[in-house]
Amino acid sequence: MQKFSGFELFRRALGGHKSWQPQWRNPEPKAEYDVVIVGAGGHGLAAAYYLAKEHGITNVAVIERGWLGGGNTGRNTTIVRSNYLFDESAALYEHAVKLWEGLSQDINYNVMYSARGVLMLAHNHHDEISFKRHVHANRLNGVDNEWLTAEQVKEFCPPLNIKSMRYPIIGGALQRRGGTARHDAVAWGFARAADSRGVDIIQNCEVTGIRRGPSGAVEGVETSRGFIRAKKVGVSAAGHTSVVMAMAGLRMPLESFPLQALVSEPVKPAFPTVVMSNTIHAYISQSDKGEMVIGAGTDAYTSYSQRGALHITAHTLDAICELVPQFRRLRMLRNWGGIVDVTPDRSPIIAKTPVPGLYVNCGWGTGGFKATPGSGHVFAHTIAKDAPHAINAPFTLERFRDGFLIDEAAAAAVAH
Amino acid sequence: MTNRFRTASGGRIDRAAPLSFRFDGQTFSGFKGDTLASALIANGVHLVGRSFKYHRPRGFLSAGSDEPNALVNVARDAARAAPNLRATQVELYEGLKAQSQNRWPSLSFDAGAVNDLAAPFLPAGFYYKTFMWPAGAWKRFYEPKIRAMAGLGVAPDLPDPDRYTQNHAHCDVLVVGAGPAGLAAALAAAESGAKVILCDEQAELGGSLLSETTATIEGKPAADWLAATLATLTARDNVTLMPRTTAFGYFPHNHIALAERVTEHLAAPGPDLPRERLWEVRAKEVVIAAGALERPLVFPDNDRPGVLLADSARTYANRYGTKVGERAVIFTACDAGYRAALDLKAAGVSIAAIADLRAEVSGELPSRALAAGIDVRPSTVLVGTKGRLRVASAQLAKVTKGAVGPAETIACDSVLMSGGFTPSVHLFSQSRGKLVWDGAAGAYLPGTSVERERSAGACRGVNGLQRVLEDGYAQGEAAALAARTYTSPARGATPAPAAPSRSIPASAEDLGTDGFIGATPHGRNPAFTKAFVDWQNDVTAKDLKLATREGMRSIEHVKRYTTTGMATDQGKTSNMNALGIVSEALDTPVPKIGLTTFRPPFTPTTFGLFAGAARGDVFDPVRKTAIHDWAAEHGAAFEDVGNWKRAHYFPRAGEDMHAAVARECKAVRASVGMFDASTLGKIEVVGPDAAEFMNRMYTNAWAKLEPGRLRYGVMLREDGFVMDDGVVGRMAADRFHVTTTTGGAPRVLAHMEDYLQTEWPDLDVWLTSTTEQWSVIAVQGPKAREVIAPLIEGIDLSKEAFPHMSVREGTILGVPTRLFSVSFTGELGFEINVPSAYGRAVWEAVYAAGERFGITPYGTETMHVLRAEKGYIIVGQETDGTATPDDVNLGWAVGKAKKDFVGKRSLLRESMSAPDRRQLVGLKTTDPKIVLEEGAQIVADPAAPVPVPMLGFVTSSYHSAVLGRSIALAMVKGGRARIGTKLMVPMPTHAIEVEVVEPVFYDPKGERLNG
Repeated sequence: MQKFSGFELFRRALGGHKSWQPQWRNPEPKAEYDVVIVGAGGHGLAAAYYLAKEHGITNVAVIERGWLGGGNTGRNTTIVRSNYLFDESAALYEHAVKLWEGLSQDINYNVMYSARGVLMLAHNHHDEISFKRHVHANRLNGVDNEWLTAEQVKEFCPPLNIKSMRYPIIGGALQRRGGTARHDAVAWGFARAADSRGVDIIQNCEVTGIRRGPSGAVEGVETSRGFIRAKKVGVSAAGHTSVVMAMAGLRMPLESFPLQALVSEPVKPAFPTVVMSNTIHAYISQSDKGEMVIGAGTDAYTSYSQRGALHITAHTLDAICELVPQFRRLRMLRNWGGIVDVTPDRSPIIAKTPVPGLYVNCGWGTGGFKATPGSGHVFAHTIAKDAPHAINAPFTLERFRDGFLIDEAAAAAVAH
Repeated sequence: MTNRFRTASGGRIDRAAPLSFRFDGQTFSGFKGDTLASALIANGVHLVGRSFKYHRPRGFLSAGSDEPNALVNVARDAARAAPNLRATQVELYEGLKAQSQNRWPSLSFDAGAVNDLAAPFLPAGFYYKTFMWPAGAWKRFYEPKIRAMAGLGVAPDLPDPDRYTQNHAHCDVLVVGAGPAGLAAALAAAESGAKVILCDEQAELGGSLLSETTATIEGKPAADWLAATLATLTARDNVTLMPRTTAFGYFPHNHIALAERVTEHLAAPGPDLPRERLWEVRAKEVVIAAGALERPLVFPDNDRPGVLLADSARTYANRYGTKVGERAVIFTACDAGYRAALDLKAAGVSIAAIADLRAEVSGELPSRALAAGIDVRPSTVLVGTKGRLRVASAQLAKVTKGAVGPAETIACDSVLMSGGFTPSVHLFSQSRGKLVWDGAAGAYLPGTSVERERSAGACRGVNGLQRVLEDGYAQGEAAALAARTYTSPARGATPAPAAPSRSIPASAEDLGTDGFIGATPHGRNPAFTKAFVDWQNDVTAKDLKLATREGMRSIEHVKRYTTTGMATDQGKTSNMNALGIVSEALDTPVPKIGLTTFRPPFTPTTFGLFAGAARGDVFDPVRKTAIHDWAAEHGAAFEDVGNWKRAHYFPRAGEDMHAAVARECKAVRASVGMFDASTLGKIEVVGPDAAEFMNRMYTNAWAKLEPGRLRYGVMLREDGFVMDDGVVGRMAADRFHVTTTTGGAPRVLAHMEDYLQTEWPDLDVWLTSTTEQWSVIAVQGPKAREVIAPLIEGIDLSKEAFPHMSVREGTILGVPTRLFSVSFTGELGFEINVPSAYGRAVWEAVYAAGERFGITPYGTETMHVLRAEKGYIIVGQETDGTATPDDVNLGWAVGKAKKDFVGKRSLLRESMSAPDRRQLVGLKTTDPKIVLEEGAQIVADPAAPVPVPMLGFVTSSYHSAVLGRSIALAMVKGGRARIGTKLMVPMPTHAIEVEVVEPVFYDPKGERLNG
């Protein structure tokens, strides 16, 4: 792998940048791999990278229907935080945040992780109790999160309107280590790092079937480019996971919804942090490029169409204009949708399945981006060891049968 | 400054109406009908902006909404500042003030231009390769620097005072675009009797016809035909014409969003007008007549001010009477360059040369150029331009068998380029129609439709004025017919190409289909050239090649890696050339490269338009009870509960909340208080199957509940966790009066309707929300019966006849009432339900009747304390979506013998009987003065290492004036078994010792309920 650094950039600039090699190869699929990962999004690529790096398993293919990083990895609002309530979630997301903090150096790709802080706004007494419960639980779990009064909220994020609004802001919960990262760079960085360790990333290759042997165990995947043999198949296909898993005869406890996001035209720095308001349904941050990156909840109806309804966008912007009324004159530049797979408890599934050799990482709903390195890391462990890592052990498929749910959304009424 | 670059005459500007305006502090003049762009050009100003990355000086590239360079800030006042507006779309008005952006200290001397010198080290995606050392420097050092350099305009820092409105409209045929195709389509549809809306983003309807000086239609000059057609359309009452209205989004089921700019062009907007209007149009049929956008040519230094699109230069001359310069060099790959040359020459611009990429130059327009004495050079390219803040010369070179010969420098003050036209397929693609590559046209054209729409004219590759008009007419007629015979949405169908049904003879130069996609050859060292593809984002041809070299093979990767097409014009001028360059670099045909997705909006759309009136008090409805005003008059402090305003407490002079609540609590316990409970959700469940329905929706058994009795009901979600609760009265065998939590009312009704309509359509039940129909006055305390007795008629209030948890119908002061004997305080209590219209009158009568007992109005805070003293839960406070009925001591409410109810199966799961489930308990602090923080966690050992095992958390916590100490409710793992033990509540600096107790602190036997 060609090293990326300021010096290399300078050196190769003198040669007109002619000597840069592909960041990843464009290989033909081999007949057989040790592990096939379905879905070259951030999670799948991270899993492949950690399989190679941590477990020495390099005969790995990541197969992708379209282009790598083209699903939710490239469509989200790039928020990273770990101030989750329950022990299980806090451990998982905190694991990810710790990896985020050193990720650029680890994979030698600037993913622009920016700990700008994630500020969640409280508008009523219920929000306050809920956030304080988080703050206390997070402290005891070693996760940073603090309660701010309304005045402290204003001081931390001066553009916010806190008073003259329908639901004035009475305080907020701030995770200073939270922030944003550059989503495409995460996919590309993991792709390049995995590729350099021997992983084949095979784009434009759609999975059309999962072949199981007489024992029921996985034998490989049928694809639009032929059969690929593998004893272990990890599915990391986000919104289409249920479709892929059905090929192995498994009906997943997932529903897929469109989730919209939008950006404004770029402007000079005007918003210093990430702000989320679940009560009035919106979140906003400013990208390095200057665009205001805005999102909210999912559309109400299940769909595989990567777009949503106008009224959801309109309601999101109602809330943004209420929170930051000076932004009413900004303009929406682009509005898009992704498909998120949602479990009954809105927590992910990172687990073995009833099919031997088939593993699944799904159900991230609206919050998958922030977990990318952590999720890939424990998914790789699960595949390599055929047993979950301690961190993802609670995130089983069976919990929906047995009821050991990890219901962050219900507990906190907070979107991921 | 004078309008040195005005033509002697002509154009659609009003030369009798001069306007004065300011740009970067300097005063200029223009005319009514000008855009800011045309007026600046008329004054000889081309330098209007700086590019995003290299801060290169930039001028106007186009004359329309595809403009990537000329972005300005227009401010009427400090609060009415809008950044990033395209000068080409800003209509001039008297006193307009505009500022250039992204430059410091000035537009002509911009310190950021140092980036241009460093450009060799800043190729596409450079930031992914560096700024990683030392770790942590990204956030502290590099990122703030990059952020300060990035961004374009400056966001306003004052709230926008303007209004935006939102409207809905329905029509048979919506025509998007009022150029020749759109006008003809609207005419045809209107003549067929269809209800038509015709919208266009420009100030004037007419599209390309507005720039025609020589064309004729039906024997008339194009301008006259346009005027006559608009007059015809205006006169028809089935046609609505909407100029300044952009169709920016195509949503499912022919739901099209239009943005109408209402006051932006006015010098002094009236206060009664909104700035913009959102139109949500539901059209039976849509005709997209969006035209085509001219493509620039990608050659070195093609970005200097004075380098424009040829057809835009023609528009400036013909429509705005403005010359882009005095001496122009033209670089073209199609006949549009010749048409512009001829029109500009006629306007008085000298044409130094026409470099034509094509070897064969023939046809009417080139012949006319030759005849006019213009220096026409086939097989010739521009290999560079020179000039600092304005182009001063162009370098032309002959291409022979692919080899670029020596360059000749020709002095000029403008360069006009044309690479052909790209059909505007944005809306079609937004509608999810499938685009197909047409090799002959060299363009993506609309293929299979998904929605009920059809494209007409240039946006579907039709060219030549007569063919465009006839296609527009045919499509309009077909759309009207389809709207008339509308049955159901047709999916996956391609509208049959409508054959021209009417001849609309027109004469205009035919431009043919020639064009070029990609970067033109220049023979120079690419390391030292910048041939721009995306002007605003500073993406050059070599950036695209670098991306392909680095393995970016999908056009989406190339786009994201280089940011080409991601600027505020969303690739209108850049996308096709980028495709061409990538196609060549990968040696893959264009249609195999793929196409990036067209996303709404078509052009940037103001946030305020979406938000509309939703701000402040109308952001969300403010719901008030009938008794609200009385409470306000009596000094109540209010709190938001859902969208209701509820009286929080009633402070007397000198009282803070704690003092008021202490007084209110004591009054209820000692004598009597009254409370406005009207916000509780109420649903009337009626029908022969009402009891069966209730049985399925709630955990409780309802069949045996007698009419006239109340029961506390618990509702679960499918997963077995408590969703809502409330007291339910059986009014009759087939009628239940159901109450819900205040915040849960809509959710509960939707949940009920969901099951009723989708799971049990066989049940004969009707659900009606009656929340706002009833006012509910809770009278609570030992004196409650004495207070209301004199007012009630027709109900025997005696303990025996009207026991706790009963409901009776009668009258109070002659007003019909449903009287509940129910308590959420633990005291004897009644809830008087009366029609809301009588709510305040009855409240006042009860208040008067209670005066002799010192009746005390109390708010939600006192209600919370009183119920906590009794250990009554509040759904959403004690429960959090993870609590079963048993967890919160409501196991008794679950009908064990019932066959089924929502959530029953989930309750049988293994986890539901796990011994360490959190259970509702009470907590007493060892120090009775300490009031715990709600949300605080509970542990056994606060000194344990992180992660500290947590046992539970405090759900409710108050000072109880009646008990003279603090009390708290909590959810604690295995809590019931821990009663009598001590636990700790850790705070950041210390830990608080608590004893786990039964959750009922007051009158544990419930003796006070019956008075």
